[in-house]
Amino acid sequence: MGFDLRKFFFRKPNIALEGQEDGNSAFVPEQAAIKCDKCKTLILSDDLTANGKVCAKCGHHFKMGARERLKYISDEGEFTELFADVVGENRLGFPEYEDKLAKARESSGESEAVVCGEIKIGGYKAVAFAMDAKFMMGSMGGAAGERITRAFEYAAEKGLPVIGFALSGGARMQEGIISLMQMAKTSGAVLKHGEKGLLYVSVLTDPTTGGVSASFAFEADIILAEPDALIGFAGPRVIEQTIRQKLPAGFQRAEFLLQKGFLDAIVDRRRLKETLVDILKKHGVEKSESAQPATDTEELA
Amino acid sequence: MTAYEIVMKSREKGRPTALKYIEKITENFFELHGDRKFGDDKSIVGGIAEINGRPVTVIGIEKGETTNEKVYRNFGQPRPEGYRKALRLMKQAEKFRRPVLCFVDTPGAYPGIDAEERGQAEAIAVSIRDMMGLKTPILAVVIGEGGSGGALGIAVADEVWITETATYSVISPEACASILWKNKDKAKDAAQHLKLTAADLKELKAVDRVIAEEDFGDEFFEKLKNDISSFFDGKSKLDADELTKQRYDRFRNIK
Ligand SMILES: [Zn+2]
Repeated sequence: MGFDLRKFFFRKPNIALEGQEDGNSAFVPEQAAIKCDKCKTLILSDDLTANGKVCAKCGHHFKMGARERLKYISDEGEFTELFADVVGENRLGFPEYEDKLAKARESSGESEAVVCGEIKIGGYKAVAFAMDAKFMMGSMGGAAGERITRAFEYAAEKGLPVIGFALSGGARMQEGIISLMQMAKTSGAVLKHGEKGLLYVSVLTDPTTGGVSASFAFEADIILAEPDALIGFAGPRVIEQTIRQKLPAGFQRAEFLLQKGFLDAIVDRRRLKETLVDILKKHGVEKSESAQPATDTEELA
Repeated sequence: MTAYEIVMKSREKGRPTALKYIEKITENFFELHGDRKFGDDKSIVGGIAEINGRPVTVIGIEKGETTNEKVYRNFGQPRPEGYRKALRLMKQAEKFRRPVLCFVDTPGAYPGIDAEERGQAEAIAVSIRDMMGLKTPILAVVIGEGGSGGALGIAVADEVWITETATYSVISPEACASILWKNKDKAKDAAQHLKLTAADLKELKAVDRVIAEEDFGDEFFEKLKNDISSFFDGKSKLDADELTKQRYDRFRNIK
């Protein structure tokens, strides 16, 4: 470390709920070292990545991109992406929306706020999806809702479990009522998947609020969360404006929800894969090798 | 009328609230209270009534008319126990094959500490999911404000109707303007762009029928009652699997 680490000091996180514009500052840039938001330790970027973007000293969980998450839990870090061709459009002719979509695509490298794929995890086949904070703060519009719905429908058809990483700062208001209707659409798909006796595990990540929390995120058989994740229906800013007082420390954090009875468990990201594999095993999910060889990938796409 | 004028009208004092609809459209309403878990939310009323002799489960988000009533009803902003009560009554309706009629009128689910503590998101999520599979006909009528997830929490129905100056939106125009443009005065523009009026919603297939209001006179209620009655006549003929399949497809096709 023969250079001045201080010039890599990282900006304060600024998680914008609903106001998606501000959502990009909390990400780890491609720099050599990053300062932990919580314990202020400087961490080498490579070390952080190797540790699942968790601070080795204090356990703080840094933000993780959607694709990165799916790779992180997949065997050999690989997955087959699904429904990437489903992309959003400016259905309502909402001002500045195309620009925002373009910027979101550029900053996230994704075509929508959710990435879906078929994965292998500990030898088990599953459908997984993850939402990306860099894409308009993980807001759910028609395309994101369609991808998630298809993920459940695909899993129902193939008899596969679903693992979903929820993340959302609020509604995709540029899509108006279409955005709201995705809550019902995705919920219907969750229901149908569940009616087949198939498993759905939801992992709530920081932050999970608004229409996503009030739909598929909280409809799973098993609901996990990452430590310290902000989880709620209304964002803290909206609540503070309504009740005109400051919220108590820890309010709407994962630990608070666990205590109130709304989570099954809080799982450290570094143990998440083994936890998920254990849950799949306990639900009698067959190992993919014994079910069928992994040559049926041409059916995907 | 501009979109924002319609927004104002949807919130206007003197506009009939859910209890008025229940009084005008149903007979022998017997209110049922409580979610059996925590308490009885005053923002959501529910019970069993009759429409043209057919027993129905009626649920409504009630805003109250006078100031005292508004406070008592928490301005029509339900807490989790409200959604859990509504779902309890819907499951009861399913057991006895009664159709469910929901009146929707809310600025949104209550964004307060207690509501969050008791799982507002979970309550709405489970209500939405379970309504999708409910094996009895459901009709939702938006009669004033259809405020986001708080409205959808009781509006996953076989059809969604709306009166002509009611609105249904993912976010209020004021909040939308303040988030997007940091300017509440732009609420008028936001209202226009959000496509939240009955006519726009019909075009986007978010609602199935727009009801002429006729100044909310007796003929309005009489006609609505008969329309609801014939709607339930039709839906009651479907077997449960066909009914839930059609309900799923209705929402599935909104992209
Ligand atoms: Zn740290």
